[in-house]
Amino acid sequence: MTRRVRAGAGVLALAALPLLVLVVFFALPVAGMVGRGFFVDGSLDVAGVVEILGRGRVHRVLWFTLWSSALATAVTLLLGLPMAYVLHRLSFPGRRLLRACVLVPFVLPTVVVGVAFRTLLADSGPLGALHLDGTPVAIVAAMVFFNLAVVVRTVGALWEGLDRRREEAAAALGASPLQVLRTVTLPALVPGLASAASVVFLFCATSFGVVLTLGGLRYATVETEIYLLTTQFLDLRAASALSVLQLVVVSLLLYAAQRTRVSREQALDRAGIRTTTRAPRRRDAPVLAVSGLVLLLVAAPIAALLVRSLQLDGAWSLQSYRELTGAGAAGALATSWRVAVDATLLSMLLGVLVSVVVSRRPRARLERRGLAFLDGLFMLPLGVSAVTLGFGFLITLDQPPLDLRSSAVLVPIAQALVALPLVVRTLAPVLRGVDPRQRQAAASLGAGPLRVLATVELPVLWRPLLAAAGFAFAVSLGEFGATSFLARPDRPTLPVLIYQLASRPSEQSFGTALAASVVLCVVAVTVTALVERLRLGSVGAF
Amino acid sequence: MLEIRDLTVRFDDAAPPAVDGVSIDLPAGDVLAVLGPSGSGKSTLLRAVAGLEPVTAGSVLYDGVDLADVPTHRRGFALMFQDGQLFAHQTVAGNVGYPLRLRRTPARTVAARVAELLELVGLPGFGQRDTTSLSGGERQRVALARALAVDPRLLLLDEPLSALDRGLRERLAHDLRDILVAAGTTVLLVTHDQEEAFTVADRMALMRAGRVVGAGTVEEVWRHPADAEAARFLGYATVLEGPAARRVLRAAGAADLSGALALRRSALRVDPAGTLHGRVVSARSAPDAVRLTVDVEEVGEVHAVAAVGDRGTMLGVGNDIRLAVDLNRTARLAG
Repeated sequence: MTRRVRAGAGVLALAALPLLVLVVFFALPVAGMVGRGFFVDGSLDVAGVVEILGRGRVHRVLWFTLWSSALATAVTLLLGLPMAYVLHRLSFPGRRLLRACVLVPFVLPTVVVGVAFRTLLADSGPLGALHLDGTPVAIVAAMVFFNLAVVVRTVGALWEGLDRRREEAAAALGASPLQVLRTVTLPALVPGLASAASVVFLFCATSFGVVLTLGGLRYATVETEIYLLTTQFLDLRAASALSVLQLVVVSLLLYAAQRTRVSREQALDRAGIRTTTRAPRRRDAPVLAVSGLVLLLVAAPIAALLVRSLQLDGAWSLQSYRELTGAGAAGALATSWRVAVDATLLSMLLGVLVSVVVSRRPRARLERRGLAFLDGLFMLPLGVSAVTLGFGFLITLDQPPLDLRSSAVLVPIAQALVALPLVVRTLAPVLRGVDPRQRQAAASLGAGPLRVLATVELPVLWRPLLAAAGFAFAVSLGEFGATSFLARPDRPTLPVLIYQLASRPSEQSFGTALAASVVLCVVAVTVTALVERLRLGSVGAF
Repeated sequence: MLEIRDLTVRFDDAAPPAVDGVSIDLPAGDVLAVLGPSGSGKSTLLRAVAGLEPVTAGSVLYDGVDLADVPTHRRGFALMFQDGQLFAHQTVAGNVGYPLRLRRTPARTVAARVAELLELVGLPGFGQRDTTSLSGGERQRVALARALAVDPRLLLLDEPLSALDRGLRERLAHDLRDILVAAGTTVLLVTHDQEEAFTVADRMALMRAGRVVGAGTVEEVWRHPADAEAARFLGYATVLEGPAARRVLRAAGAADLSGALALRRSALRVDPAGTLHGRVVSARSAPDAVRLTVDVEEVGEVHAVAAVGDRGTMLGVGNDIRLAVDLNRTARLAG
């Protein structure tokens, strides 16, 4: 066996377990779900699918998904850009804390975000006078809130690495600050902007918890429509037709994102040790003002949630928190915690394997293509409807040898798959960033492959590993789409319980939902804060 | 003309200022090199002149106008960095034409001017190249063309050739001088490389720890280093003081025996008719000469050279030899 073939076999062995998991717990359920749509009584029925896709409601849902996601993406970019500048190009006391604060919405469970916005915008709420509750504006605002961190982090990390002298050269050649921004800075940020935009659009178009809690039956995205069709109308064919549609769109988007990432890695020309931040100056005032406003917008729903959870019938009260035990919140939190631990372990195991595989840089064109394909493949759970995944689990994993429907492992597995792309996106760039010559230098000094791993790769990897674990934990804690199908009625996770409580008409139930949201919030933020304490700066690119 | 008056730049109140009360005059059309080791504050001085660093005290004037409230992009200068800082998203022509397009120059004029500039820097026909495909020297030429595109009233060069390897650097230094003279540009250049400064500049200011220690024409600064440290930085191998300096000056037949004396490596030459007596400590062949270390009576260990042909005859370690002094290869310290 030649060395090259042996190396190729090694890669395959590493990729085998993640691939197997992906096939059994992702491809199979999704295919099962899709099969339900295309096959009626054992025969292919494309005309039926076409008929479904021609329905007026489907068009409305599709149109709403597209325009609300596009609008939310545009607004997120617009608000995130000044924020990225302030948090990554200026240095001032408290910057680190602010960076952590901006990250908070991203790790908040989507159901909690939905509940928080309803509290803020309800007619009796602080912004009730705007009468935005139940309007698309509320949905778009919640999407922006949720995704701001993606833009700030992705663009900020790139911006931080840009050599300031390039802008200075342009200024010295006569370019005004706006011209510098337009002709030098923005073109350099394009890869980051494109990458952030595609991810944000993806998150918006597949967002479930937020839309379900804020849009009700009136405003549905493809994702919530799939949920409604399966659970309310039991129209599996229509649901799976929509799943297929979503899968196609998402695959195209991921392909585009992959392309920008490749060009970005080529174009990245880092400033190295030279510091690129400076103290704020007077002309930064407008940007600082905009950022302050954005921060207020981010803080408002969280503050509203907290305040309302401490009130009942207009008076301060801890009653909602006392109700938590009666509503089974303690048990739900314990379930959530256990599931999150399992899901985190599983997603880390898979994520490390996948990252090691996709971060290799083979010479041969064919191998490179293969790796790029694998990379995209493991990103798919990011965009495939979690609802499709959850429902697919139910209909495909219900017969021997894989009769897992009543098993407790389904929820952690589904959540691990949802968290996997995030883990890979955090680890793979770090591994790719290790100069291969460092490995070669270590090897030439007498280090064996394991020794190289322990002395060269592990030292740079352990912090990102912890960060990825933290993210996976937070994601799992808040996962709602797949879990809402898979959690057993007697053992709901906390987000599922919150949704149930919030959908009941009683004021007290909503109050308890708020209290439970605050508890979930505190747990998620604590985990994230611990991760941030590791001073990771901006690891990862989504 | 550029006037820098008592300029001070301080980054941190606790630390000494990066630029400390520097005053420099640069007449229009002249090329001034600010020479200094890294950390001497020369780059900060350049950035302050460009308007990129806030000035703590003092002023920068151009043609009598104080530039304190003029932002970088309105100063009419151009700045070229060590590594060119070309815009990766534009072609060579895009980069060179950038300052012209900023000024809304018609496309046809831009194209003609770009071609002319690329001709000037010796890269005709490179317009459609991608900047990433260029070699280090080519990148610097493109950066220079870009900086010259709108006839800046002052061209600021930050270590323009330092990132290049030695042979290329020497060739490009001559080209740079020719291009700058042909364009008639006023240039402020900072560098840590004395050869670069000598080749490119008419005038020189030596900078150390934020202060200017010695300024004038290249010849003046070269001939009269301010002190021993300045002399060493200018490439003088040894600085002699007191009796040792007097002994060498007497051997050279100088009338004035006062002051410290800086010697280049080749200031002392093996010569049977010389009046300095010494013993060879080490000898090593170089392409053009034999480089010696000699323990000279009343002077101490100094460097000396011998013609290549002398090798082996009398230059063995421990041999007694005679040395003559070439005063053109020495400098009296100013202080």
